[in-house]
Amino acid sequence: MMHYLDANATEPLRPEAKAAIQAAMEIVGNPSSVHAAGRAARRAVEDARDTIAARFGCQPGDLVFVSGGTEADALAVHAFGQGRRILVGATEHDAIRSAAPTATVVPVLADGTIDLDALAACLADGQPSLLCLMAANNETGTIQPIAAAAALCRSHGALLHVDAVQAAGRMPIDFARSGATSMAISSHKLGGPGGVGALLLSPDHTGIAALIRGGGQERGRRGGTSPVAAIAGFAAAARVAGDCTGLAALRDTAEQVAVACGAIVVGAAAPRLANTACLALPGCRADTQVIALDLEGIAVSAGAACSSGKVAASHVLAAMGLGDLAGQAIRVSLPWNATAASVDAFAAAYARMAARLIPPLVSRAA
Amino acid sequence: MRVVVAMSGGVDSSTVAGLLQEAGHEVIGVTLQLYDHGAAIGRKGACCAGQDIHDARRVADKLGIPHYTIDAEKRFADAVMADFADSYAAGETPVPCVRCNQSVKVADLTAMARELGADRLATGHYVRRVDGALGAELHRAADPARDQSWFLFATTQAQLDTCLFPLGDMADKRAVRDVALRLGLAVADKPDSQDICFVPTGTYADVVRKLRPDAMTPGDIVAADGTVVGQHDGIARFTVGQGKRLGNAAMLGGERQMVVATEPATRRIVIGPRTTGTDTVRLREVNWLIPAPTERLRCAVKLRARDGMRLAWIDATDNGAIVHLDEATLPAPGQACVFYAGDRVLGGGIICRPG
Repeated sequence: MMHYLDANATEPLRPEAKAAIQAAMEIVGNPSSVHAAGRAARRAVEDARDTIAARFGCQPGDLVFVSGGTEADALAVHAFGQGRRILVGATEHDAIRSAAPTATVVPVLADGTIDLDALAACLADGQPSLLCLMAANNETGTIQPIAAAAALCRSHGALLHVDAVQAAGRMPIDFARSGATSMAISSHKLGGPGGVGALLLSPDHTGIAALIRGGGQERGRRGGTSPVAAIAGFAAAARVAGDCTGLAALRDTAEQVAVACGAIVVGAAAPRLANTACLALPGCRADTQVIALDLEGIAVSAGAACSSGKVAASHVLAAMGLGDLAGQAIRVSLPWNATAASVDAFAAAYARMAARLIPPLVSRAA
Repeated sequence: MRVVVAMSGGVDSSTVAGLLQEAGHEVIGVTLQLYDHGAAIGRKGACCAGQDIHDARRVADKLGIPHYTIDAEKRFADAVMADFADSYAAGETPVPCVRCNQSVKVADLTAMARELGADRLATGHYVRRVDGALGAELHRAADPARDQSWFLFATTQAQLDTCLFPLGDMADKRAVRDVALRLGLAVADKPDSQDICFVPTGTYADVVRKLRPDAMTPGDIVAADGTVVGQHDGIARFTVGQGKRLGNAAMLGGERQMVVATEPATRRIVIGPRTTGTDTVRLREVNWLIPAPTERLRCAVKLRARDGMRLAWIDATDNGAIVHLDEATLPAPGQACVFYAGDRVLGGGIICRPG
């Protein structure tokens, strides 16, 4: 039996999303077509747009469907980064880091939250800037002080792009009140299907240059035929994905077991997503931990996996000043349907693993 | 039993995984990412993983076994690539495959196997493990053309006890490919890997130049009496015993010349006639796969991967050995000298520079 505790990689598909996808797959048309079949497809897409926009506090016309979180981030950097200095938080996802490889990195504090003083110092020169800051971190769950960062950006005339890929569906999001210029959201991180996401735009920044122009879909902001079924599934998942506070008790149980085995909970000093635990086991390689747990049927992850599957040391944890521990931490992220049985299985497997991996202490002769 | 298989993505280790799984073992595939493939082939934006890692994963998919890619880049850079360049800069001719087996492959993966609760580490090396009265013994492969025992002499007894080498009894490579074909592995006809894995394009000299430019700066070619007879383009391009790249100095006084020594301190290449040789060879980093002999040991030794056996007496010393060859020859410092009794590997060490 497999216990899936890697929700921050992807959430299990919600049944509401599955039903919506199945229904939408019966629709034949292309949303761009003139005829009745096309109109039916278009209606499904626009209904979904209304739902998702309402759910996250955005005008429907200001929501651009894209292929996922990475594209939403890339589109935001493309649209707002040109002619501006780009600032990125030190713990941003590779979707941002790769889209803005020459950006100025704003450090984080030891608890993983952005150093607001350093940010203010960066912005003080008044240079036109774009700040990219994630709402919640994928590895630690650390929730960034978006409101404070937005206020700083506003007072210095800078734009703010928020990567809310991990946050959407797990904590309250109100884009309209966030002060952000744009926001990235991904379907599969909130229990929808993979392959679709959205970029939300604030009303005064709706006319953006496309990355992919194609046939002018999405009001010229993202070319390509809309994936109707995926978008319908995205909306159905967004409608039911509230927040994940109900998972806090299970997450805390997992953390307590790990701590009893010698683990350190990373980022515990700051507000975090209630489903995420980042557990460092001193002296034990992260990849070995992930493999050992996988062999016991527990799915967790570490760092950022590249296409080879290799686990690299985490830049997020390194930015938090964890040194060697950055290569010794795993991430447990509870899915929306996590059960006590799964957490119990994790706890038992973790204890067995720790007993085998932790270098034995030299016992003192009596 | 639970077995970790070191899978390179080639036909040999893929076949090992397939055979062990067929035999009913719980097989865990592991592939080491040793270096950034994109950087090695000099293509910007290319994936850090080469085709081999993808091939290994596809084989694991086909067999239905778990597979993991381990980041060993830093360890490989330190233990193998840096050692490779340093050895050249010190006037030696390294054997990176020995260093790799000794560190990243056998030492680290046997440790990982233990951490994963596995009983054995299996590799696709062509050597035989024979269980003797005092533990596992390392023997040459059934196929002499494929035998890799020389490259594995530094495996410790404890590591050897953990290892399996299922290909050691294979008659030849064709037999391995036939098994891979029967198991339906897509890599059955994949060409063999060539030479040094971390220099897939270009030459090893480029790697050395990057890490140790001092080993790639020009210098003098001198005769035994110190007379300058030519110029060279870096001591790393020369190996003791080599006759090529000597230019006009290749023939002196009507006699063909070869490299008899490299002098890193002065960046000089010393040449001499092809009859130059020695019958005493000092070894360091000696590993014994028998109890370290207290008396002079009679055995056969192999001084290069593609060399034949030579008879010798061995005196074990602290952490080293002195080899007394029956017939003088000119071994290359940095290469391995491996001791054999028939097919069995008794031990071996790294050849020191004379003096």
